Amino acid sequence: MVNEVKMNLLTVSPSPHITSDESIPKIMWTVNAALAPAVIFAAWYFGSPAIITMLVGVVTAVATEYLVQTIRKKEVTITDGSAFLTGLLLAMCLPPNLPWYMTATGSFLAIAVAKHSMGGLGYNIFNPAHIGRAALMVSWPVAMTTWSKMTTQVDVVTSATPLNILKQQGYAKLIETFGATPNLYKAMFLGMRNGSIGETSAILLILGGLFLIYKGYIKWEVPVVMIGTVGILTWIFGPAGLFTGDAIFHMMAGGLMIGAFFMATDMVTIPITRKGKIIFAVGAGALTALIRLKGGYPEGVCYSILLMNSVTPLIDRFVTPKKFGARR
Amino acid sequence: MKSFHGGVHPNDSKKYTAAKPVEPAPLPEKVIIPLRQHIGAPVSPIVKKGDTVKKGQMIATSDAFVSGNVHASISGTVAEIADYPHSVFGSCMSIVIESDGLDTWAEGIPLQRQWEKLDSKELSKIIREAGIVGMGGATFPTHVKLAPPPDKKIDTFILNGSECEPFLTADYRAMLEYPERIATGVKITMKVLGVNTGYVGIEDNKPDAVKVLQEAFNGTQVKVIALPTKYPQGAEKMLIKALTGREVPSGGLPMDVGTVVQNVGTIIAISDAVTKGIPLIERVVTVSGSAVKEPKNLLMRIGATFADALNHCGGLSSQPVKIINGGPMMGFAQSTMDVPVIKGTSGILFLSKKDVNYRKESPCIHCGRCLEACPMGLNPSILSILGERQLYQEAKEEYNLLDCMECGSCVYVCPAKRNIVQYIRYAKAQNATQAQKEKAKVAV
Repeated sequence: MVNEVKMNLLTVSPSPHITSDESIPKIMWTVNAALAPAVIFAAWYFGSPAIITMLVGVVTAVATEYLVQTIRKKEVTITDGSAFLTGLLLAMCLPPNLPWYMTATGSFLAIAVAKHSMGGLGYNIFNPAHIGRAALMVSWPVAMTTWSKMTTQVDVVTSATPLNILKQQGYAKLIETFGATPNLYKAMFLGMRNGSIGETSAILLILGGLFLIYKGYIKWEVPVVMIGTVGILTWIFGPAGLFTGDAIFHMMAGGLMIGAFFMATDMVTIPITRKGKIIFAVGAGALTALIRLKGGYPEGVCYSILLMNSVTPLIDRFVTPKKFGARR
Repeated sequence: MKSFHGGVHPNDSKKYTAAKPVEPAPLPEKVIIPLRQHIGAPVSPIVKKGDTVKKGQMIATSDAFVSGNVHASISGTVAEIADYPHSVFGSCMSIVIESDGLDTWAEGIPLQRQWEKLDSKELSKIIREAGIVGMGGATFPTHVKLAPPPDKKIDTFILNGSECEPFLTADYRAMLEYPERIATGVKITMKVLGVNTGYVGIEDNKPDAVKVLQEAFNGTQVKVIALPTKYPQGAEKMLIKALTGREVPSGGLPMDVGTVVQNVGTIIAISDAVTKGIPLIERVVTVSGSAVKEPKNLLMRIGATFADALNHCGGLSSQPVKIINGGPMMGFAQSTMDVPVIKGTSGILFLSKKDVNYRKESPCIHCGRCLEACPMGLNPSILSILGERQLYQEAKEEYNLLDCMECGSCVYVCPAKRNIVQYIRYAKAQNATQAQKEKAKVAV
């Protein structure tokens, strides 16, 4: 029993004196855990190249954070899971066979430039993983669009992603490659298709996203609105005139699933209000559809999210919560 | 169920003391009675060192309307009038009374009063004489609240039985044990205000209190309503919103929407003052926290110290990291146990490490939880950032800084453990200083 209070051990600080057990590491590691199903699938489906790319991405990100924080004489926060997450997300948005030094460069740029040059966690304007990917896109465009050869269900050998085929050879060729529309959907839903490491399996990404929604770490409005916007726009502006587009294909294609569930929900770089988040999601979805349908690139999720990141402060400036006492 | 936007759900931690009946604490050997136990003008002593005083005797008063008289809580001798530690203001001029051990009442107390025959003015005068202030913690003089300016038409009275602060069970036990006094106090208050509509708002984690008061108010115009358990349900504005749907305008008071809210302890004090002539000299205090050996609800004299309270509760079971006057969400951390219980002391908490969940502050990650938790519809994230960057005026003019009531919901949910309320308080203080400077300039 303690007989006397040791007064020098008392903390005298302002209220409130109790807080929830929520913390940044808890959030970040939970998001990492939500990516696990897609990561395991990628390791199995794409094999060792994917595993190596993901390892390089994560290790470089964590090492870069350690380096930057040590040089800047800041507290080292590599255990909070955020650098790990950036490295992992970047790797999941890269082709499996990308040379390791390119992955490392992207990961380094993501952490050193996109995150720490802005002031570190919480201060970055742009999604670091997507900045890393954009930097690699402009630095090594060929390597970034070279996909492994794989056999589709109808024994056609292809080294293109479904969106590549659509862009370069048209919708008919896309269906032909996969045999029939249901086969295409099934491949896209399960992830049995070419693409970046972590983006192919719609179902596993949705599962991870649902887990985060359940935990309250992301808002359902963001992925639903973003994916929905892409679906509606690609359906309206179809290849054979208005309302002929294949919305289901577009919603599962490219990096939309991983982008909508894991990048457009990155709390640091999206608006803080619920309404603002919805505006962000509509914008990101619309830009994605615009790039896919009218742009030179087959895919536009990365750029559209980065573009919307840049208007996030503006959205936050004008979309404010409803003040108590303003309504009667 | 009726509610308000935002709020948080901390563990209510009421299990320590919820089942413990109110226990009168032994007579203290000495009491330290601060001259500031209320919001408003300070009171001046009307006794001097060496004087003999009786229990219930007025010992300090003021001519100012917004003020609260102070009475001796024990009988004995005035030992000293000096500066003493204070649980809210740091330190304060206080009257120290050494007990004669007899605990004798001042002349004429207690008495039997037929209050039904008194009019509103006379009742209000008794309440003012008795030094009654808001006992929920804000300590605003009650007679002032009961005398709204003539242009504010009051139509609704609300008894605040929500007790939304974790750990505290003082009001809960009072509701269970003193329903008649509460019913009488409410009737008196409604008569003073001249209103016919009354509500009692109680959080639904206290179903037995709801039942007891429903019986006590059976057949009256007062509706006892269970509200969802959600902090800060007991904040006046939130309680009014939940019960009546009315929103107190920004910068306004409950009376701006025709409402007056009183706390359970205050209503009991009103009943005692009016029916028995007993001034406010004691109150129910919850002594709790995981560092206390036997947590209790104590009936304590005003002026008894926190150390007295701990002694009556079997001492400590572990080293506390925080000693708090009030609840864990809005209470005041103490640096000494020699501070006295005052009229607003609803609880004395000895919190151990596991209660406080301390973590280092880190930068805001923009997660938006604070916006969802803020019952006032503010953006605590940006307010804390503006506070950090010393942009106090912008915080006030563009982000409604002054609407913050410092309930702490934002800090509770913040994963970055940011001291948002601290930034906000500092920004408010800086704005006030700035305003004063400008006033001075104009005067010159």
